[in-house]
Amino acid sequence: MSQSLLSIDQVSKRFTRKPGLAERLAGRLSGGGEPVVVHALTDVTLEVARGEVLGVVGESGCGKSTLGRVVAGIHAPSDGTVMLDGKPITRDQRGTAEKLTTQVQMIHQDPFASLNPRMKVGETIAEGPRYHKIIPANVVSERVGSLLEQVGLEAAYADRLPHQFSGGQRQRIAIARALAMEPELLVLDEAVASLDVSIQAQVLNLFMDLQRNLGLTALFISHDLSVVRHVCDRVAIMYLGRLVELAPAKDLYERPLHPYTSALFASVPTVGTGKRVFEAIQGEIPSPINPPPGCAFHPRCPQAGPRCRREVPRLAQADDQRTVACHLNDGGVA
Amino acid sequence: MSAALDVSGLTTRFDTRSGSVTAVDNVSFSVEPGRILGLVGESGSGKSVTGFSIMGLVDEPGQVVAGSVTVDGVDLRSLSDDDMRKMRGSRLAMVFQDPMMTLNPVLRIGDQMAMAVRVHRKMPKREALEESRKALDIVGIPSPAERLKAYPHQLSGGMRQRVAIAMALLHRPSVIIADEPTTALDVSIQGQILAEVRRLADDIGTAIVWVTHDLAVVSSLADDICVMYAGRIVERGTAEQVIGNPRHPYTQGLLDSIPARHEPGGHLPQIPGSTPQLSRLPSGCPFRPRCSRATEQCKSEPPSDSRDGQIVLCHHPLEGS
Ligand SMILES: Nc1ncnc2c1ncn2[C@@H]1O[C@H](COP(=O)(O)OP(=O)(O)OP(=O)(O)O)[C@@H](O)[C@H]1O
Ligand SMILES: Nc1ncnc2c1ncn2[C@@H]1O[C@H](COP(=O)(O)OP(=O)(O)OP(=O)(O)O)[C@@H](O)[C@H]1O
Ligand code: SF4
Ligand code: SF4
Ligand SMILES: [Mg+2]
Ligand SMILES: [Mg+2]
Repeated sequence: MSQSLLSIDQVSKRFTRKPGLAERLAGRLSGGGEPVVVHALTDVTLEVARGEVLGVVGESGCGKSTLGRVVAGIHAPSDGTVMLDGKPITRDQRGTAEKLTTQVQMIHQDPFASLNPRMKVGETIAEGPRYHKIIPANVVSERVGSLLEQVGLEAAYADRLPHQFSGGQRQRIAIARALAMEPELLVLDEAVASLDVSIQAQVLNLFMDLQRNLGLTALFISHDLSVVRHVCDRVAIMYLGRLVELAPAKDLYERPLHPYTSALFASVPTVGTGKRVFEAIQGEIPSPINPPPGCAFHPRCPQAGPRCRREVPRLAQADDQRTVACHLNDGGVA
Repeated sequence: MSAALDVSGLTTRFDTRSGSVTAVDNVSFSVEPGRILGLVGESGSGKSVTGFSIMGLVDEPGQVVAGSVTVDGVDLRSLSDDDMRKMRGSRLAMVFQDPMMTLNPVLRIGDQMAMAVRVHRKMPKREALEESRKALDIVGIPSPAERLKAYPHQLSGGMRQRVAIAMALLHRPSVIIADEPTTALDVSIQGQILAEVRRLADDIGTAIVWVTHDLAVVSSLADDICVMYAGRIVERGTAEQVIGNPRHPYTQGLLDSIPARHEPGGHLPQIPGSTPQLSRLPSGCPFRPRCSRATEQCKSEPPSDSRDGQIVLCHHPLEGS
């Protein structure tokens, strides 16, 4: 893919931290007590084409936000490289904001926490572009007004404070602030998760309109499978820090190949199917501190075989458009 | 069959310095043994306050100002505080979104469950522990005997929530009110719990009120559905009726805005405006500023229940089909 804007190549991210209370208690039994290593991302490789919206899906703790932060330059990867437009991402090494890339902008779940409550929203939107001299000083306020209109608000709202807006409006403001930086890539981390259903549709429509009109490229992180299907071109499914399936949205939803993907789809309730039985995935999500050997999904996988317990499945091409990390698809589980 | 829980005209008001708001406004529904009632609505619509009002747990500045709640025919609002406390935990129990509202972080699971058993029934601790083990087994906790020795923080979020549900079950209550118990959990864990809850209703005959903002969850779990908006139940019927043939413009709008019901990438029908603040409700129907069917009548008089099969709080309900 020569036209890919974002290339993530064999990226791993490990966090080392002091053991928590639960781990210390568990550690006392086994005699340990050293710092614990969290394998938040392991060997993730993927590319995002210019103008593409890539969905990132998976359960809590599987590394979605970490992936987003590595791409935005907030975390340095422990291994591997992240390239934007063929150049390595500039990252925030010692909290130096000047070094942090402006080409990737992140939008978070809780728009209230990310907006300064004492700053007029117009100031909030103008702050970044002014600091980085992205917009000439004499046209900043004009640009702020047009950005507000672009996200469906009034230019006059620039003088208001965040608490004067509803949750959906605040998320529009967060989007306007990100767009003001004229980013190459947007990372939306659960951007509609905290919104009421009736408001969620408004923000999704806005995102789809902007994406088409401006040709935005985006990493769309969400645990909501139906939202992802609606707005994404391709979808990456993650499990315990690894990419397990990557496919065009349509193919993935019609015919999931990885057993975890199928199980995930089967356990999601849907409106109006009259489905009364939940085909729940058995067992718990394992800890990223001590991931199971071999395929991390094997303790919960109905199709697991002996090979799954000893060998990590590699991400292999399943057809020309999709890749899957499962032995079933790569020589069998025996 | 007679209802395990009957709520009629329940009204709860908060009198604060900035004025008085009616968080639960004339709410009525009943749940028969073995049935699950889904109470759905968006943030601030009054779901939790409804649950707390039923449980008699509304604190200052809130107050239940009207209506009745009966459990197995007993009128809860006529009970003394002492009798109400006995009722809670024995015939009526609540499960919260955060299981730590129920669990004591410094006690082993077994100790706190046995203690809860012995509050209502005199028995040796060993027997109480056995009761607790059975309750953990019922909610699908693997190796329950070992879990009795664990502290809450040694369990995953999903396991903790199951323990909270098991505690609610200890006295085989007739009614369980569950307030967003799976909202903070992952879908695979939510699926496991929903399956267990359905089994509880079917096998043990517990009547369950399942409070959530998630239409997909109620649509797959509940027998009956109440849709709340601004403190009122605006539509009530069987799950098939409400999901398959919504009559209230708000219910219809909610269902329409769900992405799964549309071609990927297409424009989503959206409800204009935002969720209202209770302190600033418009005159007449509270949904009026967002409703495409609104007329002058909706402005001048609040709609009252119209009943034909399902109950709809609207002057101009959609056609039934
Ligand atoms: N700064 C950090 N220090 C230590 N551990 C971390 C840090 N950030 C994330 N982790 C751990 O890395 C793992 C992946 O976390 P991450 O936030 O990326 O998951 P996620 O997929 O976004 O989950 P969620 O759906 O809950 O947001 C988790 O086990 C988390 O506890
Ligand atoms: N302690 C309180 N003081 C004043 N008003 C309150 C208080 N608790 C609740 N309310 C009012 O009651 C309304 C309903 O709140 P409730 O918690 O029942 O909503 P909910 O439907 O459970 O929402 P959510 O989905 O966010 O949990 C709120 O909008 C608020 O105005
Ligand atoms: S590699 Fe084995 S355990 Fe892993 S998903 Fe495939 S079949 Fe299941
Ligand atoms: S009463 Fe009027 S405003 Fe209210 S929902 Fe019905 S049609 Fe709409
Ligand atoms: Mg996250
Ligand atoms: Mg609530």
